[in-house]
Amino acid sequence: MNHAVRETQQMDIRIDSDVVRVRQVVRECAQRVKLSLVDQTKLVTAASELARNTLLHGGGGHATIELVHDGRRSGVKATFRDEGPGIPDIALALVDGWTSGSGLGLGLSGSRRLVDEFDLASQPGKGTNVTVVKWAR
Amino acid sequence: MPANADRAHRLSGLLADNAGTLLQRWVQLAGAELQGRLTVAELERDLRELLDTLLPVAGRQAADVRTGADFTELNTVLTELSRRRARQNLTPTETASSVFALKQAVFELTEQDDDPALFRELITFSSLLDSLGLLTFEAYTRAREEVINEQEVQLLELTTPVVKIWEGVLAVPLVGTLDSGRTQVVMEKLLQSLVDTGSEHAIIDITGVLAVDTQVAQHLLKTVVAARLMGAECTISGIRPQIAQTIVALGIEFGDITTKATLADALRHALRSDGLSVVRRDQVGA
Ligand SMILES: Nc1ncnc2c1ncn2[C@@H]1O[C@H](COP(=O)(O)OP(=O)(O)OP(=O)(O)O)[C@@H](O)[C@H]1O
Ligand SMILES: [Mg+2]
Repeated sequence: MNHAVRETQQMDIRIDSDVVRVRQVVRECAQRVKLSLVDQTKLVTAASELARNTLLHGGGGHATIELVHDGRRSGVKATFRDEGPGIPDIALALVDGWTSGSGLGLGLSGSRRLVDEFDLASQPGKGTNVTVVKWAR
Repeated sequence: MPANADRAHRLSGLLADNAGTLLQRWVQLAGAELQGRLTVAELERDLRELLDTLLPVAGRQAADVRTGADFTELNTVLTELSRRRARQNLTPTETASSVFALKQAVFELTEQDDDPALFRELITFSSLLDSLGLLTFEAYTRAREEVINEQEVQLLELTTPVVKIWEGVLAVPLVGTLDSGRTQVVMEKLLQSLVDTGSEHAIIDITGVLAVDTQVAQHLLKTVVAARLMGAECTISGIRPQIAQTIVALGIEFGDITTKATLADALRHALRSDGLSVVRRDQVGA
């Protein structure tokens, strides 16, 4: 996912209200690249899920929100990373309804369906990195 | 520390011997900074407690403040003090300057002495106080954050009205960004209001909600189930198209929960299940 980056914002994810802040920044960016209302909502919801996973499962981390361009279209790219326990079985974590806690187990699998590009890298003991992109149509 | 363990720590002795005068002078200096924002008695009580826990470690290095086991008590006292100041609405500077005021008091006490060993001890002590001052800053900031969070929760209680829109029908309009804390507060309040008013219908209207993620959905689902257990029926209204599409893509299932397009539809539904219907007067009996 190498797209020309126009603007970058870094944010910490340490407490509950950071998740709300991430959501707000993502919404602002989505509006700036003129995503449709449906796509804005989808991206914001995906960001909300991933930021909360970073906080709850990853023990906190960082988000990077970028305005990107691939020559044809503009989009928003959001990266979430933590140095938490990592995901031992990625395929399993992406199964609808699978959760190691008491959630619905839809955050990861659901956000994959909400965005155009989804990249998940994780190493047990090292941490997790999830990158998503949503393009303006 | 080990470096002068073999030699008596002169400064510590001096401070302990003059603890009474030192405290009085400290209270005076710190009080001047605070300009009457605390009573002398209050300030004296705080500083006495601080001095009592500080004296046993007065000869230690600044680097030990965070890690030294014998600093635990001092850290606790200092943290508590900083929290109190934060809640009393004093500034962080005012809070830390109370600690720094002790420097002046100690310098005055040792002014006449020209023992170079004592001088070295004074410098170490001075940086110890600097570290303690920084610690008050941190504790103060944390306490302020807590105060702000508490206020947010209180504000939430005020800004999320559960309204009775009909005999036996409660409605709660949700607006804006929902985080976990906020959703929880609203839901608890709704369930409590169901009990308090003996209502059998609740309507959660999410027309003003920007996004529904798994966490918000889970709170909604739980509330509906809880309301049901209490013998009430809970309807969700105002699911806008973009929210509906997102919920479907996420894979959330609302199961057999009643959803209505608008708050008005939900109210009509509630009335109907109570055997009431809204009709035009000219159609009555027609
Ligand atoms: N950043 C992360 N670090 C470690 N484990 C993670 C991370 N993100 C997800 N996981 C693991 O993947 C599982 C599935 O995540 P997913 O977001 O789908 O569900 P959930 O968070 O448990 O529930 P919810 O539906 O509320 O999001 C989690 O239960 C957790 O075990
Ligand atoms: Mg999740």
